[in-house]
Amino acid sequence: MEIRGLNPKNIEKISRIKKEDDWILDFRKKSYEAFLRLPMPSFGPSLKIDFDSIIYYRNSDDKLTNNWKNIGESIRDEFTNLGVLESEKYMDGMGVQYESEVIYHNMIEELKKKNVIFTSIEEGLRNYPDIAKRYFGKIVPYADNKFSALNSTVFSGGSFIYIPPHTKLDRPLQSYFRINRENMGQFERTLIIVDDDSDLHYIEGCTAPTYSTESLHAAVVEIYVGKGSKCRYTTIQNWAPNVNNLVTKRALVEEDGEMEWIDGNVGALSNMKYPACILKGDRSRGTCITISVASSNQQQDTGSRMIHLGKNTKSTILSKSIARNGGNATYRGKVDIGKNAENSEAFVKCDTLILDDLSKSDTIPTNIVENDSSFLEHEATVSRVSDENLFYLMSRGLSKEKATELIVLGFIEKFREELPMEYAVELNQLLKKNL
Amino acid sequence: MKMLEIKELKVRSKDGKDILKDFSLLIKKGEVHAIMGPNGTGKSTLSKVIMGSDDYEVIHGDILYNGTSILNLPVDERARQGIFLVNQNPVSIEGVTNSEFLKTALSSVRGENVGLYEFMKLMENAMGDLKMREDMMHRSINQDFSGGERKKNEILQMKILKPKLVILDELDSGLDVDSLKIVCENVRQYLEENPETSLLIITHYSRILEYIKPQYVHVMKDGKIVQTSDMSLALEIEKNGYDGVNSMSGNDVYE
Repeated sequence: MEIRGLNPKNIEKISRIKKEDDWILDFRKKSYEAFLRLPMPSFGPSLKIDFDSIIYYRNSDDKLTNNWKNIGESIRDEFTNLGVLESEKYMDGMGVQYESEVIYHNMIEELKKKNVIFTSIEEGLRNYPDIAKRYFGKIVPYADNKFSALNSTVFSGGSFIYIPPHTKLDRPLQSYFRINRENMGQFERTLIIVDDDSDLHYIEGCTAPTYSTESLHAAVVEIYVGKGSKCRYTTIQNWAPNVNNLVTKRALVEEDGEMEWIDGNVGALSNMKYPACILKGDRSRGTCITISVASSNQQQDTGSRMIHLGKNTKSTILSKSIARNGGNATYRGKVDIGKNAENSEAFVKCDTLILDDLSKSDTIPTNIVENDSSFLEHEATVSRVSDENLFYLMSRGLSKEKATELIVLGFIEKFREELPMEYAVELNQLLKKNL
Repeated sequence: MKMLEIKELKVRSKDGKDILKDFSLLIKKGEVHAIMGPNGTGKSTLSKVIMGSDDYEVIHGDILYNGTSILNLPVDERARQGIFLVNQNPVSIEGVTNSEFLKTALSSVRGENVGLYEFMKLMENAMGDLKMREDMMHRSINQDFSGGERKKNEILQMKILKPKLVILDELDSGLDVDSLKIVCENVRQYLEENPETSLLIITHYSRILEYIKPQYVHVMKDGKIVQTSDMSLALEIEKNGYDGVNSMSGNDVYE
């Protein structure tokens, strides 16, 4: 089953396949109108996307299951080779999406007893409409931007997570997204609610094989962080170099809540991603630690947005960009400390490492402070791998390649140390392979 | 047996200044040489040129190591063949831990991967000898290290990598007396345990030569060696300064 091209009929078809309630179909229709109306982004990489040639929906024969044995052998082998099955033992729960549908979901018994919900977005919307209607599409409105509107029109798959109040998870929940077909568009949608006084670490991984034509990944992630709660969202996107990755990620943080985005960008053709925190509650905090690695033909247009609304709010953005082999790594970020966000603090640090003369980098920060009691600090550095440092490492017997690799890994150490161990190892391998 | 032979070396800096002019020196296996001289005579340049720095151009002459010219070898290959420079001002490198770096270096010098257990044992022992705090192993290379800690770190690397020709460039700069003693004791012990290793001490002051006694002391002025003798020359310099040493007396170059 495959749906190619964007029109009202196809949108209804997707909704019918999913046996959706009317309010969701209405949401899709409104979103489609907004998508037609909204312009392409006025900033960032120039995107050439033929919306009519994209496959908006494609499913495999596999139905959602909590047992890998029920999944077709070829797909199971694929995820085994990616290390996804192996990684499950480090997690409290895991979901796996193949093309448009979530095919696997499982969670340890203990969490089920605690009434934690971790399922596909479709199941979530169907089975928990009260929660869904309260939060879905509220943190990222469908008309926020052209690609959030596109996602809202054709979304399929993604995670639905609800952590009840006073609930702490010992280990992360993980989702893995895989595109495996040429011209495929993946439009998963994730809704995470961490209710008051709770704690969640969510990890997202994603890959696609390389094809000659471009694919599109336009996801929306909405996170609600309740009073005194903490949510950490860790992801390393390693899409193939012909995937346009245009993602809207946003968290709303209540009083004393804390949101952390740990965001790694290694793959994709054009990547536009600016994880955001809306610091609504007093004393809420937001952190975004991000790395971007732009190699040949790649444009990494990444950064973060911190919107301070509550009093005594704090935000930190730490961005590390690496440009090499003609890649373009741009930091684009915004910090806005509103009029009522008294006594707030924001710290932005953007470091760029350029490995050769072909590569480019830019830093485009927007910093706004609208009251007198708050302060914002912005630091930016651009450096090259210094001859002095190379000489030093080489004078101890390291080849130039190995020395450069160590310097690059050292440059992003602040990011690496935030990752779970198995992810840090994977990131090292990824970067070494690409150097 | 000749270890290092420098023949009529002329070296120019990137901005076109001639720094070494007709410089010759012979160091045999197991010998300890000291090159002394006032600032700006090209002592540090000499050490970097032996190591293979790109900052300088060799326009005449040759450097032979174990009888073969190394002028065309890159820095890392010279290091793998056993040349080791203890830098005057070691750089710091963010995010690269000492242990990660040194384990990688040891693996590449040996040409095979070094096991973690063996490496940790080596590190523990060497750090103990140098009275270094254990946590320094896991800190970024020289980041927030004091002058003394940086020099100890250099000697730590030497002890682990086991080079055959060691060049000490102004070892005592930035070192307090206690650290100097520890560092020199470790160098001396290294020479005892590795009698074939040759040492070239480049220094402005004779203080360090009281701890590590050289067989030959050379005085360098304006890009070349002007006088060669034994420890007595160092003592004379200490007493009368470089101006007091008659640059025209004695044998010009030790052969």
